[in-house]
Amino acid sequence: MATLEIKNLHVSVDTDQGKKQILRGVDLVVKSGETHAIMGPNGSGKSTLAYSIAGHPKYEVTEGEILLDGQNVLEMAVDERAKAGLFLAMQYPVEVPGVSVSNFLRTAKTALDGEAPKLREWIGDLKGAMKNLRMDPDFTERNVNEGFSGGEKKRHEILQLELLKPKIAILDETDSGLDVDALKVVSEGVNRAKEETGLGVLLITHYTRILRYIEPDFVHVFVAGKVAEQGGPELAERLEAEGYDRYLKTEA
Amino acid sequence: MAQHGIKAHEHKLVPLQTRSERPRSTSISDFAELSNRQEIWRYLPMDRLQGLDAEVIGEVSQSELSISLAGTVTASWIDSSEPIVGTAGLPEDRISAIAWTNASKTLLVEVPADQEIAEPVFLTLKLEELAAKALHIFVKVGANAKATIVLDHIGQGLLAENVEILLEPGAKLDFVSIQDWDNGSSHVSNQLTRLGKDSVLKHVVVSLGGDLVRVTPSVALDSPGAEIQMYGVYLADSKNYFEHRPYVDHIAENCVSNVAYKGALQGAGAHTVWVGDVLIRETAIGTNSYELNRNLLLTDGARADSVPNLEIETGKIEGAGHASASGRFDDEQLFYLMARGIGDTEAKRLVVRGFLNEVVQKVGISQVEDRLIASIEQGLEKAGV
Repeated sequence: MATLEIKNLHVSVDTDQGKKQILRGVDLVVKSGETHAIMGPNGSGKSTLAYSIAGHPKYEVTEGEILLDGQNVLEMAVDERAKAGLFLAMQYPVEVPGVSVSNFLRTAKTALDGEAPKLREWIGDLKGAMKNLRMDPDFTERNVNEGFSGGEKKRHEILQLELLKPKIAILDETDSGLDVDALKVVSEGVNRAKEETGLGVLLITHYTRILRYIEPDFVHVFVAGKVAEQGGPELAERLEAEGYDRYLKTEA
Repeated sequence: MAQHGIKAHEHKLVPLQTRSERPRSTSISDFAELSNRQEIWRYLPMDRLQGLDAEVIGEVSQSELSISLAGTVTASWIDSSEPIVGTAGLPEDRISAIAWTNASKTLLVEVPADQEIAEPVFLTLKLEELAAKALHIFVKVGANAKATIVLDHIGQGLLAENVEILLEPGAKLDFVSIQDWDNGSSHVSNQLTRLGKDSVLKHVVVSLGGDLVRVTPSVALDSPGAEIQMYGVYLADSKNYFEHRPYVDHIAENCVSNVAYKGALQGAGAHTVWVGDVLIRETAIGTNSYELNRNLLLTDGARADSVPNLEIETGKIEGAGHASASGRFDDEQLFYLMARGIGDTEAKRLVVRGFLNEVVQKVGISQVEDRLIASIEQGLEKAGV
């Protein structure tokens, strides 16, 4: 049972125009087995939240706390956060030229477990996970994210999620750029991880479409760097009908 | 648009109008003495030449070059006055002319026509004294023959070298030149190649050690349908100055050239220079050409100069392009790897290995690849990466 607690989180980024505050006091608790959808208009700080939790150096936490099972995440290096059980499925995964998917996955698994996985077992797990995500077997020989289509990149992110078995996963707009078939495949992967490992999920999305496949327990509406409203799945339905205009008007 | 590396404000230079106008001669006196004011020597640390630019230098003795032949390949020392010498190209600079004049013998390596040689031929030069020496090697691959030749430079020494490579029609050669000298060594190597009709040369330069290593591979594509792949990998630390100047001269129709050099640098004072010249002459219709150089600077205080020059004299080509970039570690790549639990050091190693791998994989000779990978690991260890 894992708990990710975000308390009064304030985050800034450096821009050409100086420091810009993006998160203005976010409070959120995600527990194992729970799925939280974070929804909101563009520029509301959803991705900033994701990257701040993962520890991207561009984002500076100016106030507040992030705790995983009571441990201070903000004091951990990026790799230590992953070792503690956090995972970020990225919206724009970067290319790593010359590094094959198979080498990358094995290196990551070894780093997380502290020892190399048993070869036969590992290959079995890898093949099984790839088959589930309907990925071509020779995919592992390609270089990480190099020349991947949008759908392949997202499948590759979810493949890592399934193989690395984190406690809490943040999915940053995993639905963007996916057609319906790919969206279903990717969502099935997330649901499998939830069932098998009791994964807690923080699902960041602009649209309600993915919520048909990954059912949220809680929905949080993000506006101008903080949670403007929260509720159950019915809140997503309301957003589907009304959009974000209501919140933006209140802001003004 | 004609272009070359000389800038107008560097006075006292006599700028050449085009790459093809550089004089060619075997006579030392046809070339001015070395000076950083000449474009071709502008980066060179003159104090590291250690006498390689003297008009009279010694000659590599036959016992210093060990030869491991394969199949029906032959090797013999011939007089450098034999007519074959110079048929792949002539010197374009003073040190090449010095090496030419001072090498009375030439090692002739011949691959008979129509022979496919599976195993690589190894030529290993091991020098053990800091005395300037000249060496001339001529590699001839007969029509429709296929072979792999590795020229390895090790030990400690001072070498001025000419390597000629001649491919007859339809021949295929993989040629690898490795510079893995101990500290204190200096090496200037001019590698001249001429490709027959529909022949294919893969020319690989691997520079790993030496105080000064300067390799100038050039190819005259004067028969139609010829193809050259020029690859380079280098790993320079604070002791090394590596200079690579590949030159592709597209003369005949429908030839293909692809140049890709990648290097990693670490440590204060590490310096690499890459100047890539591609000339596509008016006659070179249907040319397809690309050149690329990328450098990864692992630590502060390293310097990579990278200058791609492309001259195109005809519009009737398939394609021509170039790319050059030098930079530090990509933070986004490191973040991505670390976000999967991979530690900082391991992530950097993955990135460097991956960066160089693209070219290392092209070598295609397992013994050479293994050694390269070991050298890369050693270099990373030294860099504290």
